[in-house]
Amino acid sequence: MNREELRTKICGLLKQIAPDTEPEALKDNDKIRDVLGIDSFDALQFIVALDEHLGVDVPEKDYAKTDTLEHLLNYLGEKIH
Amino acid sequence: MIEFKMPSLGADMEDGTLIEWRKKPGDFVKRGDIIAEIETQKGLIEIEIFEEGKVDQLLLQVGDKVKVGTTIAVINDGAESLPQQKPAIEIPETIKPDETKPMDMESAHESLSHRIKISPLARRMAEDSGIQMGDLTGTGEGGAITREDVELAISAQTSKTEKSKSPVDQSLGIRLAVAAAMSKSNREIPHYYLESRIDMRNALAWLSEMNVKRSPKDRLLPVVLYIKAAALAVKQCPELNAEWKDGLILKKEINIGFVVSLKAGGIIVPAIHNADQKSLDQLMADLNDLIPRARNLKLRSSELSDSTFTLTSIGESGADTLYGIIYPPQTGLIGIGRISEQPWAENGMLDVRSCVSVTLAADHRASDGLSGSRFLSAFNQFLQKPETI
Amino acid sequence: MAKITYREALKQGLREALHADPKVFLMGEDVGRYGGAFAVSKGLFQEFGPDRIMDVPLSESGFTGAGIGAALGGMKPIVEIMTVNFSLLAMDQIVNNAATLLHMSGGQIHVPIVIRISCGVGKQLGAQHSHSWEPLFAHIPGLNVISAGTHEDARGMLLTALKSPDPVILFEYTGLLNVEGEVPETAVEVDITKAKIRKEGKDLSLITYGSGVIKALEAAADLAVLGMDIEVLDLRSLRPLDEKAIFTSVQKTHRAIILEDAWRSVSISSEISARIMENVFYDLDAPVERLCGLEVPIPYPKHLEDACVPQKEQIVSQIRKMLSK
Repeated sequence: MNREELRTKICGLLKQIAPDTEPEALKDNDKIRDVLGIDSFDALQFIVALDEHLGVDVPEKDYAKTDTLEHLLNYLGEKIH
Repeated sequence: MIEFKMPSLGADMEDGTLIEWRKKPGDFVKRGDIIAEIETQKGLIEIEIFEEGKVDQLLLQVGDKVKVGTTIAVINDGAESLPQQKPAIEIPETIKPDETKPMDMESAHESLSHRIKISPLARRMAEDSGIQMGDLTGTGEGGAITREDVELAISAQTSKTEKSKSPVDQSLGIRLAVAAAMSKSNREIPHYYLESRIDMRNALAWLSEMNVKRSPKDRLLPVVLYIKAAALAVKQCPELNAEWKDGLILKKEINIGFVVSLKAGGIIVPAIHNADQKSLDQLMADLNDLIPRARNLKLRSSELSDSTFTLTSIGESGADTLYGIIYPPQTGLIGIGRISEQPWAENGMLDVRSCVSVTLAADHRASDGLSGSRFLSAFNQFLQKPETI
Repeated sequence: MAKITYREALKQGLREALHADPKVFLMGEDVGRYGGAFAVSKGLFQEFGPDRIMDVPLSESGFTGAGIGAALGGMKPIVEIMTVNFSLLAMDQIVNNAATLLHMSGGQIHVPIVIRISCGVGKQLGAQHSHSWEPLFAHIPGLNVISAGTHEDARGMLLTALKSPDPVILFEYTGLLNVEGEVPETAVEVDITKAKIRKEGKDLSLITYGSGVIKALEAAADLAVLGMDIEVLDLRSLRPLDEKAIFTSVQKTHRAIILEDAWRSVSISSEISARIMENVFYDLDAPVERLCGLEVPIPYPKHLEDACVPQKEQIVSQIRKMLSK
């Protein structure tokens, strides 16, 4: 899965978590949770979704590395390859 | 025989509309079964039954709207029988055409003794617009119904039909429900507030330790600790787990109402039943079940009406401190701000710790500052020893 | 607009009528050398001479009959009867001759007479000079009965009345004689067949005539301050009644009160009330109400005289009650 495919996939997952938002419009350095209005419960659902759909278990200590799309893509890129 | 009544799902609920019967006459029901689906301001609610027996009569048709407290079904529990019930329709959505026909002379004579005092103009207008004259209140001289009274009824009817024609605006309904409950609370409940800053170091460290071993879907959020700690702490201050209705009514069960904010605005407060007796994992599972359903307005009647104490947590990116308004007729609410690093003085030393500001809003008719203080102190102690809860 | 007294308005109307048509003449008790019992014709004798401003003996039946004869003979007499109480002495001439000859002659004989009659309370003239008997005359087919409740009508009604081929009874109000009011510089003749809205309003129709008009307008002004928008309808013609104007107003406001100084029973107000019920019942949002004179001979003392006819305060409170405000 290349970076663009990964990005599309992530946006799809975010859309499920926050159906009323437009994750595609996120800029690379936007704080995902602030822009999409994701609370801690939704954030955990997103971590669960990453685990279930991408097989990436993000431990709590790494939550901070998932704050923007750029960081998240970098982080997942390392984990997947 | 048991009369099953339209339940009140909160101080703000006045009526409900039947969407579906889930049981039919002759069916056996037991405690916890869903008997009907009712539309309220807070969405489609599954109505549970708390009796056992056989459904004897269902008194509403789909689409009927009745006030809280109206008998909607009769359950045969083997006890003595009730007389045959008539459907108790109180709020007709539409008026049947034949009801607006002019009276024939015979019935006019019969009704002379209880004639309605209405001006000729008002009578003509009422008949033209299908308004029932008997339902009008006269404000004219000697209580006569006048044009103004009919015009008012016509505009009320119009707004009602408009409302029932368009799909129910849930977001507006929720807004109005919140407005009604909060206005009532602010009007009637003499609130007092207490605030404490709590060191979250132990709690967060313990949570990290727990979560590191868990797969994402089993991980716990700090809020389950709050819920459990609050449920245990109100035990030490029973006046907070109570209702005030012309006197204090203590509640046996501890059901924590958990404030869920809705994406489109507004809040809804489902109950987590017996939170004091549930493990943290169970509480987390409850949240995983409740929050999505709350956000889709798919709650059960007991979840909407059973809360005995409310907990509201602003979340990670919210304000530092939150001063809540009690959900009537409850007597207390705990408000939890965001966790942030703050200077912390202890034993003559200064340290930086993750802290959270916790407030108690309590009804001063039901409790006093000292017992409220005891609650906050107990809440703090539970959070300092998360492993014990 | 010039401000003149009601008396001056009447005199201007008389003078204009006398100038306009040489067949017009005024006859009545003390109208000439004395200048009229209420000084309405003061100076006209000097201006027009004894042939046109004619003093007559104290015999209402006699001089009214003479006036009718003059009318039959092609003249345009204006007969002044000093007060409505005295008009009873002329009733036989008015009813049996003036009002009847057109009928008796199969439509061949018209009686173009104008009979001016002063009436109403307000001058402490006691029970034989103060009554409001417009209803007595309005009862009689064959008469046109008009009532000058404003300065404009006091000046203009006579001129129009003289154009009528048939008898006209014109009521003037002693109580208003010294009241000043505005009269348009140019307006001369006024339509005497139509009622007139003196103030537009939407909440209630206050229907009146004669001495009621000014009181009604004052009451309406007070009520406007309280937020009530009252329509004041001046009937002007009491026979025939301008039904259309009455019904249109009631259909607009849906509430009506009728105000008059005359006695309540069998009055102008009872007639109007009945016609409203008969014709626009389903437009009513409240029962029609009436404010009328007390059914007693008008007393002499000022306070009792005032108490006998509806006053502004009564009108205001009655209407507030009707509007529940």
